[in-house]
Amino acid sequence: MSSALVHNHPSGPGRSGQEFAHDIRPGMANPVMDCQAVFRALLLTMSRPGTIATLGRRLAPPAPLTPAAAAVFLTLADMDTPVWLGDAATPELCTYLRFHCGCPIVREPGRAAFALVADGRRLPELDGFAAGHQEYPERSATLVLQVTGFDTASGVRLTGPGVNGETVLGVDGLSPGFWPAFMDNHSRFPLGYDAILCSEDEIAALPRSVRVEV
Amino acid sequence: MSLLDDALLDDALLDDAMMPGAAAFLAEKPAATVDRAATDAGARISTASQNAAQTTAQAAPERDAQYNYAYLDEQTKRMIRRAVLKAVAVPGYQVPFAGREMPMPYGWGTGGIQLSASILGPDDVFKVIDQGADDTTNAVSIRKFFVRTTGVRTTESTAEASVIQTRHRIPETPLTEDQIMVYQVPIPEPLRWMEPRESETRTMHALEEYGVMHVRLYEDIARHGRIATNFMYPVLVNGRYVMSPSPIPKFDNPKLDRSPALHLFGAGREKRIYAVPPYTEVRSLDFEDHPFEVEKWDECCGLCGATDSYLDEVILDDAGGRMFVCSDTDHCAARRAAGHVGPMAARRDLKELADRTAAE
Repeated sequence: MSSALVHNHPSGPGRSGQEFAHDIRPGMANPVMDCQAVFRALLLTMSRPGTIATLGRRLAPPAPLTPAAAAVFLTLADMDTPVWLGDAATPELCTYLRFHCGCPIVREPGRAAFALVADGRRLPELDGFAAGHQEYPERSATLVLQVTGFDTASGVRLTGPGVNGETVLGVDGLSPGFWPAFMDNHSRFPLGYDAILCSEDEIAALPRSVRVEV
Repeated sequence: MSLLDDALLDDALLDDAMMPGAAAFLAEKPAATVDRAATDAGARISTASQNAAQTTAQAAPERDAQYNYAYLDEQTKRMIRRAVLKAVAVPGYQVPFAGREMPMPYGWGTGGIQLSASILGPDDVFKVIDQGADDTTNAVSIRKFFVRTTGVRTTESTAEASVIQTRHRIPETPLTEDQIMVYQVPIPEPLRWMEPRESETRTMHALEEYGVMHVRLYEDIARHGRIATNFMYPVLVNGRYVMSPSPIPKFDNPKLDRSPALHLFGAGREKRIYAVPPYTEVRSLDFEDHPFEVEKWDECCGLCGATDSYLDEVILDDAGGRMFVCSDTDHCAARRAAGHVGPMAARRDLKELADRTAAE
């Protein structure tokens, strides 16, 4: 049976498994500890909207995935979480995520547990993503939105759980149409998607529970 | 080529392909933490991984490398981490999760332990309390479990801890923004005593149909003249979900309201995770004419004289002798170290009790 493993390789006969592995960009250097650190950054930002956490550039993923967004996927996605990539679903990126996460890549936005919006200036139809059920609000999508940067001095006003009074979050490289869409998303609480905003090396999060005022 | 030759050739090929990873694995025998994924992916990555493993080992000399970091496998941690993030996004809602068998029985805190295992890292300082005390069997066992599987630094001081796993109490020392509370929850469903069917309670939460909870509190008043519920006192989180704050005394309920810390609740047997994010409104249910009140004592702590902490009653003899002491041992010891003296602190027959709580 081992002959099947060596010869029926997706990249065709004549290439060994080692060569093929080198086509895929490497994952975390130390998966256990790196994923723990990335998760704590995610927990920090999700429980304190408006907070920006620096993940650094621990990964060099294929375009258009940013290092921070790649770290989020490698920390949270696996065989139980269908991932939607939209028009970012290049063969190289699909292979990268399938290899490191083992996650299914789906075409229908409504099936996705995690959805990549590769360019925050060009939003897909956000209503298409799962918002959960009244009985199971956690069965909703988490959007991974790639943006160009953050600003804590000016931006939208955030209030609600996780925010002491109010705070301000500025996001560069995000379509202005996102904020009205997110207010609609909040208005159907406890239903709704949650969003993780990723620049090259930083993340911020917007749980559905947070109120946004532009 | 015969079948036999084919098999031999393939074996040789496989041996070649396995060599770099396998050699590295054998050469680094003491560092059993070398990740299988890394050895599969090629020599360059596995070298980096070994360096990282050695760095970790220096920072955490006690960790038993025979276990994965924090005992749980990585897929389980990912599943729990996803549930935690959803729980934070929907405050007070109980997220079902695929709770694992842990190397201890249900009721010993398997839910809280799975939460701690999924969040603890090398930068954390871990505190475990049971009934407010750091030195009871359950707290000591859980602390030893995480020291062995993570090498995490531990403390008995509330102020020093970054993650506090608890059963039954919230520490008296005010929590800060840098802290995460992890609760061991036996029965996560506040409506369970009124409605045994999970499908019904789930619908009641979906429809915000919480009248039955107020009926239960009203029945307390009808029978006892006051709300007699003293622990697991139901709260309304963020104005939406009725939540059981786990079996903390109602004395601790006000500490949850707009707390700067993140509170995570884990029920291992019932397989539920829920959360109260920082600065979230947590209102104890009550009536206009019977407002929520916390326990009060006529006595003060016999050892440190505290009048504002939760007190345990200790029976001293069979002749009616008793005393009240702080349930929070860290709080009591810190007060005595600062010079506070309670009315019974000088009694020689209580010296063992005083020494025990001052051990840190």
